[in-house]
Amino acid sequence: MSLRNIGIVYRKELIDSLRDRRTLISMIVVPLLVMPLLTIGMGVLSVALVGVAMREVPRVMILGGDDSPAVLAELNKMKDFEIVPSRPDYAEEISNKKIRAAVEIPAGFEAKLAAGESSTVKIYMYEGELKSGFGADRLQKFFSKLRDRSVREHLQARSLPENLAHPFDILETNVAPPEKVGGAVLGGLLPYFVILLCLTGAMYPAMDLTAGEKERGTIETLLCSPVSRTHLVIGKFLMVLTAAVATAILAITSMALSFGAGKEMLLSITKGASDPALQITITAKGIISIFFVVFPLAVFFSAALLALSLFAKSFKEAQSYISPLMILVVMPAIASLLPGVELTPVLAWIPVLNTSLVSKEIISGTFHWNLIGLIFLSSSIYAGIAITIAVKLFQREDVLFRT
Amino acid sequence: MIEALHLVKRFHDKKRGTVCAVNDVSFSCRQGEIYGLLGANGAGKTTTLRMLATILTPTEGTAIVAGFDVVKNAQMVRGRVGFLSAATALYGRLTAQEMVEYFGRLHGLDEDTLRERMEDLFVRLEMKEFLDRRCDKLSTGMKQKVSIARTLVHNPSVMIFDEPTLGLDVMAARTIVKFIRECRESGKTVVFSTHVMSEVEKLCDHIGIIHDGKLLAEGSLPDLRAQFGIQDLEDLFVKVVEA
Repeated sequence: MSLRNIGIVYRKELIDSLRDRRTLISMIVVPLLVMPLLTIGMGVLSVALVGVAMREVPRVMILGGDDSPAVLAELNKMKDFEIVPSRPDYAEEISNKKIRAAVEIPAGFEAKLAAGESSTVKIYMYEGELKSGFGADRLQKFFSKLRDRSVREHLQARSLPENLAHPFDILETNVAPPEKVGGAVLGGLLPYFVILLCLTGAMYPAMDLTAGEKERGTIETLLCSPVSRTHLVIGKFLMVLTAAVATAILAITSMALSFGAGKEMLLSITKGASDPALQITITAKGIISIFFVVFPLAVFFSAALLALSLFAKSFKEAQSYISPLMILVVMPAIASLLPGVELTPVLAWIPVLNTSLVSKEIISGTFHWNLIGLIFLSSSIYAGIAITIAVKLFQREDVLFRT
Repeated sequence: MIEALHLVKRFHDKKRGTVCAVNDVSFSCRQGEIYGLLGANGAGKTTTLRMLATILTPTEGTAIVAGFDVVKNAQMVRGRVGFLSAATALYGRLTAQEMVEYFGRLHGLDEDTLRERMEDLFVRLEMKEFLDRRCDKLSTGMKQKVSIARTLVHNPSVMIFDEPTLGLDVMAARTIVKFIRECRESGKTVVFSTHVMSEVEKLCDHIGIIHDGKLLAEGSLPDLRAQFGIQDLEDLFVKVVEA
């Protein structure tokens, strides 16, 4: 094994790749942009959108209630919503977002209230639509208050204590540290992006250094040199790995920095709201541990991408081989986001899923060192197999000179 | 010195099954001579030359190039051969100088020797003015010069050219023809393939006519003319191939 020859090939591939705009974009620009966009951008955007929805005075429709003038008058006095005239096509109006919600007051509502008889007030809204939800929420609050007041008045009229209708409170208290709660919310999502960016960072150089060389006719020039094909492919592999690792490092650093900055920004916007997602703190130990588990995966990705694109005779063909690989990577990564999927020694052998799951745990502050070690080992084995395949393929004339 | 000994190359093709691209080809070329492989497209010229340059391994037979066996000592052969073809492109994102430097290093030259060789080549080939320009920004003629410098940087004793003038304009083709002649004058062993008859007439000491993977006729141009009784090389070629 000649380190000098490998070094010469690696150095040339590095210079060549750093002059390639497409490699630079996938290796540097994308990871630096995705994480801030994902954390700060999405956070600020969602806070802004919720703010706009909350500030809107929702238009609501009252159905019936002609025999309940006091309730109607009280509703009309409310500044929380704007009452619009009643129409039979209220459901369509809600669907078309012309009104946000509607409330149906049953016949004889006031009389039944006074008599202490039960009745049902129906609120119509569009499930999943934020502004409709806020409109329905305000109506719900109005009628809840009305119900509480009515209960109080009935109890007072009978000289009974108010807490008779509310004998005790139920208080749910979270014992999990805030960062763990946050880890469950965001912990799966962020490593998923690191893994995905690691793959996309390696993708372009892998195709360029193999299928790209075949397409441009430089592979034959290179094969004229006395450097062994094993050295050539290892030099190329190291360049692809550099791109994958650089992308992963940039993505992890950008993730930690933008999360820190995003958290401050969101806390100032939400005035210290205690959303568990805002309680995450990504520590240096966490960053190093994530890198430790992502590294063998980056080796595996680099070698697998190199082997796959080596097989292609053109850049376009390489892209068609690599697209299914994207799905193979995305599927286990998404599986790790499903609720209830937890890291076990068996799952530690499933590539991508294992790294995704362990990163999720690391972000939430849990370090199962035995499983981290097992994942490092399994990913390293897969990486070793992929490198061997890439080296073997580079010796095959039918692969190098496929026409 | 090049000695091809019963070279055979078979490929497996999904549609055609096993294809014999080169079938029992033997010839030799002495130091300071130019041997021209003349053949139509698909005759087996490129495959033969790729085997001599150790880019492909023969299925059967072997060749001795610069004193080394292409099967047993492929790396030693590569260190002594300069291979230039229409398919040996340049790295577009490297500069002309970086391209030559890269191949010098791949051939194991130490830094001092490399500097010396590069300086000599850049002066001889008049490359100084575009050394810092990226190869993808060079004209065809400039690219040819970089390719020539790349093949010569390790001072090979054997030069193999596979249709080197394919797709070049008259001026760039002339540069290549001049370069091939200079190689012979400096005592190198030269093998080159072409289907351009005028190049064969201008350059070759010996000619081999190859068709369907087989070497059908061989000899110096006067010998071949006498043997077939035809003066025009194109007519001679057609007669050999059709026979």
